[in-house]
This record gives sequence, C-alpha cells and structure tokens, in this order.
Amino acid sequence: MAIKIFKYSSIVLVTAVIFLSFLIPIPHIPALGDKARVLYYHVPMSWISVVAFFMSMVYAVKYLRTRDPQYDVKQYSAAELGFVFCILATATGSLWAKFNWGAFWNWDPRQTSIFILLLIYGAYFVLRASLDNYEQKARLSSVYAILAFVTVPFFVFIMPRVVDTLHPDPIVNSRGKIDMDPKMLYIFLTSLVGFTFLFLYMFQLKVKTEILNLKLKNSSN
Amino acid sequence: MKLYFQNTFEIFRKELKSEFRTKYVLNSLLMFVLISVSIIRFAAGDEKVDNEILTGLLWVTIFFASVSSLARTFIKEQDKDTSVALKLTTVIDSVFTGKLLFNLILSFITSFITLFLFAVIMNYEIKNLSGFIFFFILGITGLVIILTIIASIISKANNKGTLYPVLAFPVLIPLLVSIIHSTKLTAEGAETFSLYEEVIIILCYIVVVLTASLMLFKFIWED
Repeated sequence: MAIKIFKYSSIVLVTAVIFLSFLIPIPHIPALGDKARVLYYHVPMSWISVVAFFMSMVYAVKYLRTRDPQYDVKQYSAAELGFVFCILATATGSLWAKFNWGAFWNWDPRQTSIFILLLIYGAYFVLRASLDNYEQKARLSSVYAILAFVTVPFFVFIMPRVVDTLHPDPIVNSRGKIDMDPKMLYIFLTSLVGFTFLFLYMFQLKVKTEILNLKLKNSSN
Repeated sequence: MKLYFQNTFEIFRKELKSEFRTKYVLNSLLMFVLISVSIIRFAAGDEKVDNEILTGLLWVTIFFASVSSLARTFIKEQDKDTSVALKLTTVIDSVFTGKLLFNLILSFITSFITLFLFAVIMNYEIKNLSGFIFFFILGITGLVIILTIIASIISKANNKGTLYPVLAFPVLIPLLVSIIHSTKLTAEGAETFSLYEEVIIILCYIVVVLTASLMLFKFIWED
C-alpha cells in the first residue's frame, strides 16, 4: 500500500518540479542569478544521500541487536541507493561550480565533505565484497557503517565552520532562519518531498527484490 | 571491572613479550620510516623543502607507516588460531584495550623517531615545541584508536593489506585535516591557546571514536 502511495505521489511531484523549476521566474540573487535553480535538484540529492546513510546506520544497529537478515538487506539497500544519490549530488554540485566558481572541482570544504561521503560509501562496499561468509559480511559491515557514521558530523557540520567556504548558505542558515523567496520555497519543498518519496519508493522496491533474491538462493541450495 | 583492567594489562604484557621476542613490527616500522625519510631527502636533492610541506610529509609518513604494520596485532591471532584461546580466557573488551595500549606505545616510539629524523635529516623547524608536541600526541592517539578497531575488522577479511588504508582513511579524514592544520600552525609558532577550537574538535573526535569502538568491539570479536 505504502509503496503505491510513494510511487504515484513521487511521479506527480517530480514531474511538477521539472516543469516549475524551469518555467517559474525567480528573483534576482546577487552572484547567482538563474544558476540558483540548481538548488531544486542539488539540495534534495545531498539531503537524500545523508538520510540514506543515516537509515543505513539505523538498520545496522537494528541488525546487530536482532540478527534478523531483513535488516541487513535494508542496510545495504539504503547504502546503495544513497551512493547513487551521492554521485548525483556531486555531479549537480560540480556542474554548478563550473559556471559559478569557474572549475568543476576546487576542494571547497563542502566539496571535500561530499567527497569523503563518497569514499565512505566506497569503503563500505569494498568491505562487503571482501567477506565471504554471509553472517560475517552483515555483522562487520554493520559495525563499519556505525563507526563511519559517528565521524560524519565532524566533516559535514564542523569542518565548513573551521575552514572558509564559498558555498552559499545552507537552506536553514546560521541565524536559524530560512531566507528564501516564498515562490522558490514552495517549489523547493515540493522537490524535496518528491525526491524523498522517489527515494523511499526505490528503497522499498530494492528491499523487495533483494529479499526475493535471498529466498531464491536459499531454496536452490 | 577489576578483572577487566587486569586482563587489559595481561594482554598488553603478552603483546610486549611476543613483540620483543622477534621485534618484527618495531623493526619494520623503523625501517619503513627511515626509507621514507631518505626517499624524501633524495627527491628534494639540494633544495630546501618548505616547512609547510614537511608537516604534510611527516603525517603522510606516519600514516602509511602505521597502516603498514599496526594491523598485525589482530592478524597474528587470526593466522595462528590463538584468538579462540583469547576468547576463552579474557573479558572481551580487554582484548581491544590491551592491544590498543600496545599499539599506542609502538606508535609513540616510532612517531617520535620519525619526528627526530625529520628534524635532523630534513631540517624541520618547530617554533612552538610544547604546542606541537601536544597536538602531535593527540593526533597519534586518535589515529591509533581508529587503526586498532579497523585492524580487528580487516583481520576477518580476504585482502587484508589493501583493505586497511581503504577502510581507515575516510574515517580518519576529519582528524587528519585538523591535526595537519594545527601542527602546521604550531610549527610556524602559533600560540596553543589560539587553537582552542581545534583542541576541542580533536578531543571530541577521540572521545566519540573511543566510545564507539568500545561499544562495537564485542560484535567484531564474536567468531
């Protein structure tokens, strides 16, 4: 039931965002101009890549507590989807950087932190690939996911405060307020909800197929 | 609790004993450091290398030296099938803390020798020595905690050698960035108190990572 709600609402919302993001005029923002439209896509992607990582950590904790294989399936499904969205966030971000800062990549603290997030996801998959025993794979990758997650706040939230960044203010800025044109805010929120639903739909689909895969493997043995 | 500290100390002593029987890890670490420093020297030739770059090179040397040998404490148990005996006779967490203590001692010895070699061979200048040593010790401590817990994870895996830096590096980046930054500044003569933000970040990092490692170790050490 829930999977259908996510499916249809994400179709409607994402389609609406694709049209609105290009058609609705936006107010002039100094130094950004129309390039600010990337925020409708870039911010939801980076938001989802962090949320997916968080979900992966929560399922890792649940797995270690219960040893139920379904949580392991959920754990790596979230990580795999999170990795895809992380790549998308990096790509949209560096496209924007090319036109705003002049280079695709210039080691801004924000870019460094998304690069580290990619590295963590990569290391997690390498670890899973190098363990043969299924139970061991699930257990040790859970441990690594948790260990990596506790260090995330240091580079996502602390590093940009220590090192200067050129990145525009996060949506909720340091004064705790949302400085955005109301029209833009509506489209942005639609996009955030739409892409989150899309992620949840993909996640549930992925979990379903992985569980079926596991059952198939067990019955053939 | 008393048993825990007792076991920690026993494991620490066992590691020291078995290490000083062969001196395998210590010798290979020292050779690694010596080779790295001489390669840097040969590469630099007659030119004077900037102090800023030397700080970076110092940490590169320490990182790769540690990655090349600190995993051995756990891999050894796995290879010689002695982990079962350890599991039967000790409190679980004490295995981690005992080996952590041993790795700490080993790393302090080799890192200070590295620092000394850098000072002698590369003319590395440190203006605020006490501040530098303070950050240096903090950095090594954090580095060794992460490397020890990752060592226990990779001792179960197939391609241990390549996996070690791959797993350790992403987790270590926040620490490495702030430690390189602060040692660079203190080497140039910055006051330790002006870097209190860095001190707080590094201390928080060490506390968080140590707590997480202690909580997670029993799941790694299970089989």
